[in-house]
Amino acid sequence: MLLPGRAAHAVSAASTLDEMQRHWAGGLPVTEGRVTLDIAPLVENGNAVPITVRMASPMSATDRVQEIIVFNQRNPQRDVVRFTFGPASARAEGSARIRLATSQQLVALARLADGSLWSHHVDVVVTLAACVES
Amino acid sequence: MADAAKPRALIHLPASVRRGEAFEVRALLGHAMENGLRPDGFGNVVPRSLVTRFECQLDGVLVCAVDLYPAIAANPYLAFWARADGPGSLRFEWLGDNGFGHVETRALVLLA
Repeated sequence: MLLPGRAAHAVSAASTLDEMQRHWAGGLPVTEGRVTLDIAPLVENGNAVPITVRMASPMSATDRVQEIIVFNQRNPQRDVVRFTFGPASARAEGSARIRLATSQQLVALARLADGSLWSHHVDVVVTLAACVES
Repeated sequence: MADAAKPRALIHLPASVRRGEAFEVRALLGHAMENGLRPDGFGNVVPRSLVTRFECQLDGVLVCAVDLYPAIAANPYLAFWARADGPGSLRFEWLGDNGFGHVETRALVLLA
């Protein structure tokens, strides 16, 4: 059901995935690989979709993952979640449950202590979208 | 879940952990995570009320911090991995819109 007041919110933040990635990377190159975004390729209910991001890393003082961030392509806003790993973190891994408004592409981006940046793009099909119930 | 009432948090830790060994921490908070886009049954938009930040610290040392956005599902569930070099306590803090805040602490039991 389309209701007045929704559209004005829904069209905000029209940046593309590539723009979000470039802004996050600050002009540095991003390489596809090493980081993994784990999500079901076919999502039946977009209201709570389990995701896990992970990257193999010793998580020592010098060789560690600083953050992993997830962006989406076609929700009303591009940001999904950002995990920041501190000194007491044992693995570069985080799980959450997210909303997906429609079938789209997601990207996980990892920033390492050595400054290298890694990405993993995943396409998901959503059969029941989030945010449409009233 | 009502915003006014004290929120409910479920935190899952191993019964005991080994020194220096990785263990999983799971934290779930009862919160509607209203994204400010959803209409109620009368066509009015439900005002935004989100949890926007989560932090877990082990005796003041950061384990994992999470920035949450409207794309996080209601009753935010987060899981991550920690490591302890000695006995200590884990502090979990959630912060959100309209001055929302909630803190939980759990003691870590170390195997000898």
